[in-house]
Amino acid sequence: MNSSSLQSLIFWLLLAGVTAPLLFADYTNEIAVLWLMILFASTWDILGGQMGYNSLGNIFFFGAGMYLSAVVQIGLFYDVAMYTSAARTTHIVFSNAQYFTGLGLGLLAAGVGSGLLAVVIGWIVFGLRGPYFAIGTLGVAVAAAELVASWVWVGAASGISLPVFPGQPETQRPFFYFLMFALSFVLLLFLRWLYGTNFGLALNAIRDDEEKAEAMGLHTRRYKRTAWVISAFFLGIAGSIFGNMTGFIEPRDIAFPTTTFNIFMVLMVLLGGKGTLWGPVVGATVFHVIKEVTWTYFLGWQYVTLGLLIVIIVVYFQQGIVDWIIERFPERFGMAVAPNDEPERSRDVGLAAHPKAAE
Amino acid sequence: MDQIIGNISILERAPIFNLGLLIDGLLIGSIFALAAYGLALVWGVMNVKNLAQGDFIMTGGYITWSLSTLGIHPLLGVPAAAVVLWAIGWVLYRTVVSKVIARDLFTSLLATFGIAIVIQQSLNLAFGPDTQSATTDLPSWDFAGGLITVTATRLLGFVMAALLAIAVILFMKNSRMGQAIRVTAQDARAARVLGINTEKVYCFTFCLNAAICGAAGALVAMVWNVQPFMGTTYSIRLFVVVTAAGIGNLPGVIAAGFGMGVFEQFGGFVLGVQYQQALIVLLLLMVLAVRQLQQMRARQAVQ
Repeated sequence: MNSSSLQSLIFWLLLAGVTAPLLFADYTNEIAVLWLMILFASTWDILGGQMGYNSLGNIFFFGAGMYLSAVVQIGLFYDVAMYTSAARTTHIVFSNAQYFTGLGLGLLAAGVGSGLLAVVIGWIVFGLRGPYFAIGTLGVAVAAAELVASWVWVGAASGISLPVFPGQPETQRPFFYFLMFALSFVLLLFLRWLYGTNFGLALNAIRDDEEKAEAMGLHTRRYKRTAWVISAFFLGIAGSIFGNMTGFIEPRDIAFPTTTFNIFMVLMVLLGGKGTLWGPVVGATVFHVIKEVTWTYFLGWQYVTLGLLIVIIVVYFQQGIVDWIIERFPERFGMAVAPNDEPERSRDVGLAAHPKAAE
Repeated sequence: MDQIIGNISILERAPIFNLGLLIDGLLIGSIFALAAYGLALVWGVMNVKNLAQGDFIMTGGYITWSLSTLGIHPLLGVPAAAVVLWAIGWVLYRTVVSKVIARDLFTSLLATFGIAIVIQQSLNLAFGPDTQSATTDLPSWDFAGGLITVTATRLLGFVMAALLAIAVILFMKNSRMGQAIRVTAQDARAARVLGINTEKVYCFTFCLNAAICGAAGALVAMVWNVQPFMGTTYSIRLFVVVTAAGIGNLPGVIAAGFGMGVFEQFGGFVLGVQYQQALIVLLLLMVLAVRQLQQMRARQAVQ
């Protein structure tokens, strides 16, 4: 894709992001969740698509950010243990200044704290390869959910109510919408820049052949850890925003939902196209819209449908929408098409082929 | 915290308690060892990591439970569950697993994760989220003045698991198909050259694993209880067992299965039942970390 069409794509995305809540005011929260999904897919793709490390536990940072931010927002002004035990019976009021300083520091703590956690966990999991990495990261997420669910200080399994937004719901919804939109948009711009740098190339080198990359003198561990920290930083902030948006957080279904959001990330990337910048965006949009439209028709059966969807996408459509389009119309993406002579070569120019059976 | 220390001091003061937990752990561990053997089989032969393993077990358990509500003895549920699971395994192999064998490992992991979600949610819709148990009116024996209780069902479960394991091992050692499976595990390409229909071998292996899980599930329903969402915990347990032992190491898998049972009994007694799942997951992380350290050492030796 040439750069002028990319510029205009980003412009249209910005325009859509700003006007969507004004045009569809009733659906502000749903569109905010769509941006969250785009963020999920894009952060997963940093490791899964670009670096070839398929994580099943990225949701850990989302939940960690959510809880870190909650603890900061409450802990600045009240005792957390007392707050969690009293919140069920009394309504605790935060003043405007208290709320916004708390929120600002909470967002910061969520991002930085998740990043630090990524460093610590990266220490444990990055020696693992292939399926062991996936299982290990899944283990981290499940363990976190279980431990938080039995930790009384942060409200255990029944969760915490976050400070209530001082203002009308009409201002609350756009406020968090624009926070979420800004974060996702910044992430996309950042990733677009990042994938063009040497850092992005190093990630691709790790994906294509880690041993070779190491032998060429790349500090693979350092690159892997940095990529994981970037992903965790954005996921942590997103967790904080989402937690404040819903106003109530709870470990198993909201903070560390290993069988919903966690698996959606992977699915959306596979659907859109692994290892491309726009694949996760397209995949997230298609997946979220289809899910929101059809979910209500499968009442009670939605999780069975979800499982079937995973199987179908994984088994029959792993190429992804973006890769499929590029293969259909390579000229549109500025790729030379050699007539009948090794049709595969045209793809290799713009996009590295996916690693096959890497263990 | 106080409670944990209290529990540990109980174990210290009444050593006979340890023996009771050990026996219980070994009796339950036999079922883990059986199912872990199935996981190691599929893993070693087809290089597919079956995340739906625990959910196969739960399906077997529910088949036995629903038969027992009709008045059929749970022991007869063991072959019934094995047969039904064999059929389910065949359908899943034809529709999903055969298409992911040649692909990369993450694909098979995700596909079986999808299968796991479908199975547990379907069980939930069919039987509801309650815990069920196929009860048998068999006696239990007390030893050491009531401090150790051995129930006949657990002993029966142990014996059944042992018999099944011996049958499977003998089958793998002596039968024509068993030999074909072992050859395919060693080198699939060479096996094809020698005229073995590897596609058939894969299909048989996956079905055999499903049937083993079904039988194990029937035993679980008999000695313990079943619940739709418990499958994930079983999958993680079996993963821990197989990862700790190594795929090709059959005695290791069996020993690790017993170890898992004993560890869980002691862990559950000391920490309390609510930490059970967290404990298993943490054990998984510990096993992975230890394996990684071992590999690091191996890497340094090469330098």
